[in-house]
Amino acid sequence: MSEERTPQVPTEQVPNEEGRPTRAVADSDPALTPRGTPPAPPVRPRAGDEIHAFPETAVGEGDVRVPEGAQVVAGTSLWKDAWKRLLKNRLAVFGMIVVAIIAFASVLGPGIIKRATGFEYDTIPADSNLVRSFPPLTAPDGSFSWTHPMGTDSAGRDILARVLQGGRISLAVGLISTLVSLIIGITWGATAGYLGGKVDDLLMRIVDVLYAIPYMMIVIVLLAFFGGQSPLYQIFLLFAALGAVSWLTMARIVRGQVISLKNQEFVLAARATGVSTPKIIFRHLVPNALGPVIVYATLTIPSVMLSEAFLSFLGLGVQAPYSSWGSLSSEGIQNIAIFPWQLIFPGVTMALTLFSLNFLGDGLRDALDPQMRKF
Amino acid sequence: MTLGGAQETVAAGMPPPLIAADGREPLISIRDLKVHFDLGGGSKLEKLFGGKGVHRVVKAVDGVSIDIFPGETLGLVGESGCGKSTLGRALLRLTEPTGGQVFFRGRDLARLSKKELRQHRRYLQMIFQDPYASLNPRMTVSQIIGEPVETFKLARGRPGRESRVRELMQTVGLSPHFLKRYPHEFSGGQRQRIGIARALAADPDFVVADEPISALDVSIQAQIMNLMEHLQRERKLTYLFISHDLRAVRHVSDRVAVMYLGKLVEVADAKVIYRDPLMPYTKALISAVPVPDPEVEARRERIVLQGDVPSPINPPPGCRFHTRCPWAIEACREVVPPLAEIKSNHFAACIRISPEEPDIEKVAPGDAPGLRNPGHRAVKILRH
Amino acid sequence: MSSQNGNLLSVRDLRTYFETEDGTVRAVDGISFDLKRGETLGIVGESGSGKSVTNLSVIRLIQSPPGRIVSGEVLFHGEDILSLPAEEVRRIRGKRISMIFQDPMTSLNPFMRISRQLMEITQLHLGHTKEQAYEHAVKMLETVGIPEARARADSYPHEFSGGMRQRVMIAMALSCEPELLIADEPTTALDVTIQAQILELIRKLKEKTGTSVILITHDLGVVAGMTDDIIVMYAGKIFEQAPTRELFAAPGNPYTKALLKSVPDPAHEEGTDLYQIPGLPPDVAHLPPGCPFAPRCFRVEEICRREFPPFVQLNAEHFSLCHFAAEVYAESSAEREAKGGVGR
Repeated sequence: MSEERTPQVPTEQVPNEEGRPTRAVADSDPALTPRGTPPAPPVRPRAGDEIHAFPETAVGEGDVRVPEGAQVVAGTSLWKDAWKRLLKNRLAVFGMIVVAIIAFASVLGPGIIKRATGFEYDTIPADSNLVRSFPPLTAPDGSFSWTHPMGTDSAGRDILARVLQGGRISLAVGLISTLVSLIIGITWGATAGYLGGKVDDLLMRIVDVLYAIPYMMIVIVLLAFFGGQSPLYQIFLLFAALGAVSWLTMARIVRGQVISLKNQEFVLAARATGVSTPKIIFRHLVPNALGPVIVYATLTIPSVMLSEAFLSFLGLGVQAPYSSWGSLSSEGIQNIAIFPWQLIFPGVTMALTLFSLNFLGDGLRDALDPQMRKF
Repeated sequence: MTLGGAQETVAAGMPPPLIAADGREPLISIRDLKVHFDLGGGSKLEKLFGGKGVHRVVKAVDGVSIDIFPGETLGLVGESGCGKSTLGRALLRLTEPTGGQVFFRGRDLARLSKKELRQHRRYLQMIFQDPYASLNPRMTVSQIIGEPVETFKLARGRPGRESRVRELMQTVGLSPHFLKRYPHEFSGGQRQRIGIARALAADPDFVVADEPISALDVSIQAQIMNLMEHLQRERKLTYLFISHDLRAVRHVSDRVAVMYLGKLVEVADAKVIYRDPLMPYTKALISAVPVPDPEVEARRERIVLQGDVPSPINPPPGCRFHTRCPWAIEACREVVPPLAEIKSNHFAACIRISPEEPDIEKVAPGDAPGLRNPGHRAVKILRH
Repeated sequence: MSSQNGNLLSVRDLRTYFETEDGTVRAVDGISFDLKRGETLGIVGESGSGKSVTNLSVIRLIQSPPGRIVSGEVLFHGEDILSLPAEEVRRIRGKRISMIFQDPMTSLNPFMRISRQLMEITQLHLGHTKEQAYEHAVKMLETVGIPEARARADSYPHEFSGGMRQRVMIAMALSCEPELLIADEPTTALDVTIQAQILELIRKLKEKTGTSVILITHDLGVVAGMTDDIIVMYAGKIFEQAPTRELFAAPGNPYTKALLKSVPDPAHEEGTDLYQIPGLPPDVAHLPPGCPFAPRCFRVEEICRREFPPFVQLNAEHFSLCHFAAEVYAESSAEREAKGGVGR
C-alpha cells in the first residue's frame, strides 16, 4: 500500500517485482517462469485480438500487491491484530492498567506495609487504647499521619493492609474459579461439539439440568454443609464451589464454537488434504475457538468475584481472620454511620476492579470479534 | 499408472464407460452414486403430534454414473440445491456416499478404509468456493500450503518444505515474499490462488473445483480461470469444474454434465451442448444465460421456465423436470428417463427424444419416441 | 413538480466519502448522470467501484458516520433530494422512488406475514384502509406472478423460495407505483433460470407502468438486454457512459473493453481465449495519482500514471474517462467495421 502512496516510485519496477507482467519484462520475470518449467507456449491464439497485449504467461501474473524489498514480509496474525485493536480502545487500556496496579499492590503491598509500619492484615495493636477505628490518615492523637492511609477498623487493624490482603483472596477466587470453569467447560464443550450425536445430547442435557438449579443455592448448600471447619478450608471450598457452577456457560460457548468451526470450509479443506483428526482439532479448531473463550473467561472473573463478595457478605464465604473485599464490606456496613471509611475503601476498590475487568472484557470482545474487522 | 486392477474390476461387473472416446481409460469412474440425507420424520409418534407423517429423505445425488478422462475438464452445472456440490464432495468422500462406486486407479474409493483413504487423498484434491472461509485465519500462507506437503511427507524437513511452498506460490502467481502473511491480508483473488496452491501441493491427478470463481470479481474470475487452465496443461491435471455459471463452464470445460435434482440430465461436449442442447432443461438453462451483447439479446428467443426448482426432499416422481417442462406429457410423470446416447457422445435423459428423433421441437405432440427404446420400458417396469 | 428537459432524475457531481481507519475512502467521487422518464439505466462495476453507494446516496440511505455525502445535487423532478428535510425524503422513499436489494433472504422481516409487509407500505404512503391495503397486496402479488396469490399472501417469508421472495420484494417496491425503481443486483443471489424469470418480470412491469429503472449489476450480460444507457464505474468514478448498443459495439474506454473481453461469451464460438485484466481491483483508500486504472491497463502510457485523465466526449451521448479515449474509440469502431457486420 505504501507503494501507492508514494507517487514517484518507478512504476516499471514495481510490476516487475510482483510478477505483474509488462511487455518488456515478462520473459525475464522469475515469478512468471516457475523453476524447472519452461514458459508455457501460447495457447489457443486468438486472431485479430489487438487487446491481448499481455503474454499468455500472464496466468502466473501476481495479483500480489506490494513487494517491500526482497525479504520475506512477516504478516500480522489475527492475535497481533487484535492486540493492536485492544490498545486503541482507551477504556480497555484503562481497565488493563487498573487491574495490573491492583494485582501488583495486592501481591506486594502487604509485605511493604509490614516493613513500613509493622502492621499485617491481622495485627491487632497491643495497646488497648488503639483497638478502635481511626479515620484515614489520622494518628491516635488526632494529628495527621501516614501510618494508616485508609484508617483502621474497629479492632484497630490497618484497613489498607486488609484491603490488599482481601484483594489477594478476591482475585485468587476469581482466577482460580475461572480456571476451573475453563478446564471443565472446554473439555465438556469440545467433546460434545466435536463428537456430536448422542454424546452431545447427553452432555448438553446434563448442562441443561444443572442450569435449571439456582446456582447460588448450590453454593450456599455446599458451603453450609461442608464449610466452617477452618477459615482456609472455607476459602478452598469457595474456589471449588464457584468454579463448579460457572463452567456451564463456558461449555455451551465452546460447543457452539466447535460446531460452527467443524463445518467451516477450511476444516473440510484440511480433511480433503488428509490431515489427521488430532491435527485438525489442535491446529484448526482450537486456535479459532480461543477468541470467544478468552473473552468469556475475562468476563467470568468479575462475575465470580462478585459472587464471592456476595457470599462473604452473607457470612458464608471468607471467614476471619482472612479478609476479602466482600467480608470487609460486610463488616464495614455495620458501622457505616460512624466509620464510613470501613465500607468506602474496600467497596471502592472492588467496584474499580470489577469495572476495569468488565471494560477489559468488552474491549477484548471488540478486538477479537472478526465481525469488527474493517470491511 | 497401472490400470490392470481397473480392468479386472470392469470385468467384474462394472458397466462400460459411458463415453469410450478414443478408447481412453477413464481416470475416475462413477457408478450409480447416491447420497441421501435422512431427515427422519414419518414415525407414528410424529403423526400423533400433528406432523405430516412423511418420512423425509433428501436425495441430493441419486444414481449418478459418469466417467472422467485423464487430462480433461468435466464441467458440472446445475442450479442451487441440485446436488452438484454434494456430488463433488462425495467423490472425495468428504460426504459419505449412501450407495454406488467411485473407481480411481482400480480401487473403489467408496470402500477404502479411513487409513487407505487418507493416503489416496494425495491424488484427489479440492478447490473451494469461498476464498474467505476455506483458509484457516490463524495460519500463515506458508503453513496452509505446507500442510499437505507435511502430511504426505513430500519434502525433507523445514527448509525443504519452505522451498516447496515458495515454488508453489510462484506457480500460482503469488510472490514468495508473502510466505509469512496471513489470509486476511490478501484479496479474494489472491486467497483463491492460495487455495489452488494448497490443492496442488500434494501433486494430485484429479482436482474437484467447487464453484472456484463464483465469489470473485469479474476481472479476477478471468485470472483464476486462466490460471487453472494453465496449471492443467502444465501438470496434466484432470478437473471436475462445478459451477452454476454456464459461461464459465463453457469456457473451461471439454465436456459438460448438467444436473437437475440429483440426476444427470445431459452430458455432451462443451461446444455441442451449448450450440445444440437436447434435453428441455438444458435448453432453458442455456437460453437463460444473459449474453453480453445487446444485438444478440434483442434477437434471441428465451425459454423462461415457470415455477421454482422443486425441493430435493421427496422430489417429483418420473422425470424430475416434468413440473416445469414446457414439453412434458403424461408419461413424463411416470417414467424415469435414463441417460441415453441420443447423438454420438451426446447423452440426454428425456423420453420425448430418441436417436431417430433428437429434436424435441420436431417431435409430434404427445409422442414419446424415447419410450420405444427398450431401455426405457425396462426402467418403467422396474419403478412400478 | 415540473421536470426539467424530460429528466426524471439528474445527479450532479455527487461525492460520498467514508471515513475509515485507513483514511478517507472516496467511494463515489464526482458522479453526474441523467435519467429520462421511462428509461432504464445500467450501472456496471466491480466490488468497490461505488455503484451501490451511488444509489444509496441518491435516496439518502448512507450510514453516517462513517459515510457522508460531501457535495453534489440529486434533482428528482427538479428538486434537490439532498437538501430536502429528512421527513420529506422519507415520503419520497418507498413511494416515488423504491429499491430492490440483492438479498431477498434478509430484506424481508421473517416475523411478519407477507401480506402485512405489503400492506404497511400502502397504508403509510397511499393512506389505504386495512381492506384496501389487503386487496392491493393480493393484486400486487398476482402482478409479480405469485401463483395462488390470495392463498399465499398470509405466508411467512421463510415459506417462499429465493425467487419468490425476490418477487415479493418487487411487489413491495412497485406497490405505490413509483416513478423510479432502483434495483441493486436484483438477481445475483438467484439461479440462472430464476434470474431469467425476474429480469423478464422487471422488463414487463416496466413496459406496463412506465417506471424508470436503475439497474446496478456486475454482470454485463444482464445490462445488455435490459438497459437503454450504461454507466461503467471504477474506483468511484464514471469511466464510460454511453447508450447500451454503442457501448457494447464500440467501447471508448480501455477498462470497458477489457471487461467485455474478460467475460466468456458463449454466443461467439471463435476466439475462446479469455483476456484477463491483471492486478487487483483498486484499493479506494489509496488510489495512485493519475488514472486509477493505469496499473491494470493494457495501453497505459507515462501520462496515465502522472495525470488524471479527462472525461472526453466521443459523440453526442458517449463519454469516456481516458487520455486516449478518442484512439480507443476509433480502434473499437474500426474493429467493428473489420468484423464486417457480423453483429448485424
